[in-house]
Amino acid sequence: MGEIHVMREGFLPPKPPPRRHLISIGDVSRDDVERLLATARSFSRSLEREVKKLPTLRGHTVVNVFYESSTRTSSSFELAAKRLSADTMSIKAAGSAVDKGESLKDTALTLGAYDPDVIVIRHPQIGAPQLVARYTEAHIVNAGDGKHQHPTQALLDLYTIREELGRIEGVHVAIVGDVLHSRVARSNVQALTLMGAQVTLVGPPPLIPRGIEAMGCEVSHDIAAIGAADIVYVLRMQRERMQEGANYVPSLREYTARWGVTPERLRPGQKVMHPGPMNRGVEIDPVVADAADALIERQVRAGLVVRMSVLYDLLTTGPVGVRSPEPLEVA
Amino acid sequence: MLFGKQGKDDLVVRGARVLDPVEGLDTVCDVRVDAGTIAQLGTSLDANGHRVVDGAGLVLAPAFVDPHVHLRVPGREDEETIASGTAAAAAGGYCAILAMPNTEPVVDSAAVLGSLIEDAQADAEVPVGFLAAITRGQEGAELTEMVELAEQGAAGFSDDGQPVVAPGLMRRALQYHGVAGRRLALHCEEPTLSRSGQMHEGAISAELGFAGYPSVAESVMVERDLALAAYEEAPLHLLHLSARESVEALRGAQARGVEATGEVTPHHLCLTDEAVRTLDPNLKMNPPLRSADDRAALIEGLRDGTIGAVATDHAPHARHEKEVPFEAAPFGVTGLETAFAALYTSLVEPGLVALETVLERMSAGPAHVYGLERPKIAVGAPANLVLLDTAATWRVEEESFRSRSTNSWLLGQTLKGKIRLTVAAGRMAFEA
Repeated sequence: MGEIHVMREGFLPPKPPPRRHLISIGDVSRDDVERLLATARSFSRSLEREVKKLPTLRGHTVVNVFYESSTRTSSSFELAAKRLSADTMSIKAAGSAVDKGESLKDTALTLGAYDPDVIVIRHPQIGAPQLVARYTEAHIVNAGDGKHQHPTQALLDLYTIREELGRIEGVHVAIVGDVLHSRVARSNVQALTLMGAQVTLVGPPPLIPRGIEAMGCEVSHDIAAIGAADIVYVLRMQRERMQEGANYVPSLREYTARWGVTPERLRPGQKVMHPGPMNRGVEIDPVVADAADALIERQVRAGLVVRMSVLYDLLTTGPVGVRSPEPLEVA
Repeated sequence: MLFGKQGKDDLVVRGARVLDPVEGLDTVCDVRVDAGTIAQLGTSLDANGHRVVDGAGLVLAPAFVDPHVHLRVPGREDEETIASGTAAAAAGGYCAILAMPNTEPVVDSAAVLGSLIEDAQADAEVPVGFLAAITRGQEGAELTEMVELAEQGAAGFSDDGQPVVAPGLMRRALQYHGVAGRRLALHCEEPTLSRSGQMHEGAISAELGFAGYPSVAESVMVERDLALAAYEEAPLHLLHLSARESVEALRGAQARGVEATGEVTPHHLCLTDEAVRTLDPNLKMNPPLRSADDRAALIEGLRDGTIGAVATDHAPHARHEKEVPFEAAPFGVTGLETAFAALYTSLVEPGLVALETVLERMSAGPAHVYGLERPKIAVGAPANLVLLDTAATWRVEEESFRSRSTNSWLLGQTLKGKIRLTVAAGRMAFEA
């Protein structure tokens, strides 16, 4: 039979009009990442001063909408906005109209009526940020949508790696654990490969999604594969996403024995990262978590400056396709 | 088995390319319909005072039969009704459609079926047949009273939307349904493999983070049901096939003499899981869009006749139910009004499938599956005709639809191929 084209070009549904958002690492270029990291670095110097607040985003409004529980991400975004003098408003699903059955579309329309400049959204369903983007004029920052993307986490991880090792290109990162349920893993695979790092996913077969090699990473089911890595990135066992009786692993006990990151499984000098919150004694041994080679607290610090950088970039860099200005230098 | 408004119209279609692949007819001529029956084929026919339609440059073919439609009645009249769904069918070139019984309540008793038939006789723009459920409430526990349902007018039996999970019960259905003399139509899905799956399992679901609905969830059930059908020497029909392995299993069973038929939807023939990257809820259906290799196998199955029928699986959904994130959206898309144009644009124009094959699989093929009278262009046959403009292009817009719902996978697309006229059971059902 004749050749079958995967799809006719014009057969795809129309795409939403371009507006500057940060929804997926898949949408950003290497230049974008370099610019964001450079801006974050200049913000980190400003935070060393006694008065930490900058007037940069005075008069702008940033709305945080969190449909899932979060400590570090929501507090980090809120503080990032405040450090830049933006007005902030935080809405949690519990106790809001969402509890009364309001749809995401209606929540978006309601928030949009206040003309916010940025809406930061975390939602348990993939595609929620795109939907909010369709019904408001605000710039959207995805703070985690289901198992899909968590782009600011990936950026802060890149920042942390570069600060620690001086480079990202050529660095070998092993991501260990529950990749299947992890938006952090997906965003990081995209971000790391975009910047020229090498990625190996390590975990039990049912927790490594079939076909993920197509993202440009390697897969191993043997914990010994972390030995070759410069950085061991430990994922949380996402127990709340585990369907009952799904049997991804027979037990947490067996998981820990086989794939837990322990001091014995690490080489001296290997750096350890974790997006938090940790289950000490499950995916990560407490000794590893507290060791000098653990970059976990530095990731949290990086989160603040990277999120400042993202808010600044969205509100000042202009529309997509326009050449970006140089990274901000804080005088 | 089919119920709708009655009508016996007179008509002459002049100078169309008259194309009925099953009758071996492909010629430019006039066709005269007297009181709903094809009376004469020839050149320069006397109009006899009938309404005359100019068919020059158009194709006149046997009208289409859709073996798989969700009319949403009873229960969800906000999404579709018999009147709106059959008006959509007429606009899509259909002269007959079969409605699935997964409604609220389920069509599992003669009482519910009887009231639907009464409504169809009053409201249906094209004749409708109603399938009844295989199991009471589609709960997969007890068989429905199939003989009584068949006597009442059921066109077949299906638990569509749900698989018959228990093999023992599936076997009983295969054994018993022959007494009722109607076809069993099976939704093949192993629920412990598909569970919570949002899209085809593969590289794209891995990247997007959606729970995967692997093709093997369909094909293991296809293999099981074909094995049971072979053992019981019973016929069966496989609904909305999506996976290469399913097509190959069906082809193998047919070669071994199992009386099995299959259907495929336009969206599975035209799209792959790549399209889901847009996260558009109008690309969410069950079974899901699959890989390019699966799509190739479906097209090959349609060409070689393993898959004898195109079915739209027209599944209207309320707007607010689809204006949500992909994962929260219900499965299903509409299709009645776009099926021919989608296949013409995506398969016929690029030379993948011949026009004659598409016409046969949209009409004679599905009629054969359910033992319906084959729409044909022959003197003495009831007029079931569609007039096609294969040169016309049109853009699919929300305003395009007669259906009450607009959850089309083709919104915003430009398609080639327009329906100009539909005659269903002798009655003018649609004219553009």
